[in-house]
Amino acid sequence: MPERLVVIGNGMAAGRAIEELIARAPGRYAIEIFGAEPRVNYNRILLSPVLAGEKRYEDILIHDDAWYAENGIRLHKGREVVHVDRSRKRVVAADGTVAEYDRLLIATGSSPFIVPVPGSTLKGVVTFRDLDDVGAMVAAAKGGGRAVVVGGGLLGLEAAAGLRAQGMQVTVLHLMPTLMERQLDTAAGYLLEQAVAARGVTVVTRANTQAILAREEGGEERVAAVRLDDGREIPADIVVMAVGIRPNATLAKAIGLEVNRGVLVDDFMATSDPDILAVGECVEHRGLCYGLVAPLYEMAKVAAARLSGDPAAAYTGSVTSTKLKVTGIDLFSAGDFAEGRDREEIVLRDAGRSVYKRLVIQQDRLVGAVLYGDTADGAWFFDLLKTGASVADLRETLIFGQGFAGGTPLDPTAAVAALPDEAEICGCNGVCKGKIIAAIGEKGLTTLDGVRAHTKASASCGSCTGLVEKLIVATVGDAYTAKTVAPVCGCTELGHGEVRRLILAKDLKSIPAVMQELGWKSSGGCVKCRPALNYYLLAARPGEYVDDAQSRFVNERLHANIQKDGTYSVVPRMWGGVTSAKELRAIADVVDKFEVPMVKCTGGQRIDLLGIRKEDLPAVWRDLNAAGMVSGHAYGKALRTVKTCVGSEWCRFGTQDSTGLGIRLEKYLWGSWTPAKVKLAVSGCPRNCAEATCKDIGIVCVDSGYEIHIGGAAGLDIKGTVVLTKVAGDGEAVALVTAVLQLYREQGYYLERIYKWLARVGLDVIRAQTVDDLANRRALVERFELSQSFAQVDPWEERVSGAGAVPFRPMADLSVLEAAQ
Amino acid sequence: MTHHPAGLSGDWIDIGATDDVPREGARVVRTPCGEVAVFRTAAGDLHALDNRCPHRGGPLAEGIVHGHSVTCPLHNWVFDLRTGKAQGADEGCVRTMPLKIEGGRLYLAVGALRAAVAA
Repeated sequence: MPERLVVIGNGMAAGRAIEELIARAPGRYAIEIFGAEPRVNYNRILLSPVLAGEKRYEDILIHDDAWYAENGIRLHKGREVVHVDRSRKRVVAADGTVAEYDRLLIATGSSPFIVPVPGSTLKGVVTFRDLDDVGAMVAAAKGGGRAVVVGGGLLGLEAAAGLRAQGMQVTVLHLMPTLMERQLDTAAGYLLEQAVAARGVTVVTRANTQAILAREEGGEERVAAVRLDDGREIPADIVVMAVGIRPNATLAKAIGLEVNRGVLVDDFMATSDPDILAVGECVEHRGLCYGLVAPLYEMAKVAAARLSGDPAAAYTGSVTSTKLKVTGIDLFSAGDFAEGRDREEIVLRDAGRSVYKRLVIQQDRLVGAVLYGDTADGAWFFDLLKTGASVADLRETLIFGQGFAGGTPLDPTAAVAALPDEAEICGCNGVCKGKIIAAIGEKGLTTLDGVRAHTKASASCGSCTGLVEKLIVATVGDAYTAKTVAPVCGCTELGHGEVRRLILAKDLKSIPAVMQELGWKSSGGCVKCRPALNYYLLAARPGEYVDDAQSRFVNERLHANIQKDGTYSVVPRMWGGVTSAKELRAIADVVDKFEVPMVKCTGGQRIDLLGIRKEDLPAVWRDLNAAGMVSGHAYGKALRTVKTCVGSEWCRFGTQDSTGLGIRLEKYLWGSWTPAKVKLAVSGCPRNCAEATCKDIGIVCVDSGYEIHIGGAAGLDIKGTVVLTKVAGDGEAVALVTAVLQLYREQGYYLERIYKWLARVGLDVIRAQTVDDLANRRALVERFELSQSFAQVDPWEERVSGAGAVPFRPMADLSVLEAAQ
Repeated sequence: MTHHPAGLSGDWIDIGATDDVPREGARVVRTPCGEVAVFRTAAGDLHALDNRCPHRGGPLAEGIVHGHSVTCPLHNWVFDLRTGKAQGADEGCVRTMPLKIEGGRLYLAVGALRAAVAA
């Protein structure tokens, strides 16, 4: 029988302790975890990027459901433990769930401190602690509106930047005269304030919150403003309390464990009850409580060692460092900054570069370091600080960092190579250089992901990613496989997915805004990124974004296909491949009138007129428009054709009206822009004469309904479709096709055909969002219809009527003058 | 001589207003020596080049203009509008033409066109 281990709390400390325990003593314990939050263990440090929209919840998961299952752990999500019966060794959750234990691990974390002013319990006052808080903030930001953040420390500034990124007007209230006064002197605090203000956040210092004022809405009182003690009132739709945290030791105290500020533990993480251990932010160890991740992980390691029967492991306390996780502001701080008689400071200020460095030295030892604007030497200073090495010899050039310490400046890779093996690279996970190098050697690692998987270095907050990359380069040289994400083009390091997400997250509205905000390296983009950005913006803001014709390939600008001789081909739409005498006559007339040299049938059941001169295009379109024909978009990254067979109307094998369904689909979907071209087909029976099973989206009719196929191709690659699902009615078939198309419009990378998108995201994801989740399917269809209300305009008619003025004629003709000479 | 005051006989010939050329775009001028493409960059600079890619004769005026470059619409060769030189791995050069901007009007140099005809 394995021993029974019950864990109270499912945060990062608990997760790490269990992970370590399973690695050390697999199968020794039957583990049950109680978590108050209704979800699995995620990376709380990365809530700021989630709030800013730079990451999603899925990106910050540490353990997914499968991990708990694989390791035989019973996870009670959303069950808060309210009592522990120490004599009978059992815990009781709020919902009555009972679990018996041999050993108990308490990891209840901390609670945000709420300034106890009148109104602090109003609806709209939130903290910044868990995913629900982030959800509340994101929801509040939906309507724009105003946010007030109380507290100008790390947490408050990250919250403010995130809310700003979500589009809110944000004011930070800070009690002291400058921001982060514990770490920064006044001038550096000012630098930080400027940088924060430059991000559109208003900072009010010396702001003493007196009360939170209420207004009535829908029969309940909610936040309206914050009043300061000088009488100022700052309007607010949401108030975020970010003044600090305190250990959550309520339960421990209630069950009679020794508690001071936090749950008291010894060096072996044991509480006053030897069968009960505690780790994380809820504990107090040697008089200190910690709120950063590195100490929690160190404690988790010791607790796991003790639980697995290792008597040697002990925790002796941590020196901590921290970084501000606001994109574009680099701030590193470590150690102690309190003034003391025997303490000296070295300060470097470079106003031109907005760089500030401050070192605190005590008896030739570095005890504190703050770096602002240039944090490259953070790891080096932190190492000096932790090892307590004498800096007497380095003193003159110490502030210039490691590059100077050896006499000659080092390149960044050499600087990393020069670090000692004990140098800590990843502060969050306590991974030192030697461990990473060992893992690279033993496992033959050449990628960042590989190093992350095996050592966890840079797998938490990610701010040491650059260091880890340099370390891989220093170790394996050219074998290093740099990027796992291919950048959009040479103008950026970002991949398509990141660009799409950041456009939404940062609310970017134009191509220049994207290039500016996302740090494009070229001045005007290139032929690869410009059309992609134009599409992404168009898809993100239908009806609002103004299409940039100059960022479109000539075919989409001129609504015709350029040919090798500079003439164009014109393909009118023939709904579902069906035409009429009237249309054919009009086409024949155009062919005669403009001396069209070639008329050809296409593979998509259309008629192609080839060899038309640019200046004739508007006249050709006018004549085709007059016969009721519109652009066939044969030239675009758009809905192209819906090919059909004659179906039940004519065919003796036809099971459904495939022609009618094809026409209906084409009339509904035409005009929409997509990441790459989209071809559809509807076949009336499984003989599949419309070749639906090699189209981007295909429908194969059967007696009992409609099979919806996706992901076919018959070009560079030949791909048969996969069946998404089968439906009974034609209305549902149209809705499903629309939902898939819209999902692709929202997720696809520019020039990525549906079959490639399918391979990338997986059929299960597409099925879950379009087939299983009906509400989501409806929402997708609604978003598509909104987009169509702006997109379904015949570009030919638009050009003929003079809109979207693209000049079709030369600006001057000098050949005539020459002839007259 | 021609009846037109701005015939090929003068030094410079008026081809239109600067505003006729769209930003990050181009317009074409027909001349006895083939088409000339007049480009306007995002920064507002104007350049005149042969409207013919040395690779397969693509109409450069229909290409996407980015920075001070244009990408040929046929096979994506990229040319520097200031020098006419192909960028990157491709080798080749497009002839550039002198262009004068005065009072919001654009003028091509007749001498250059004559030379082109003679060439």
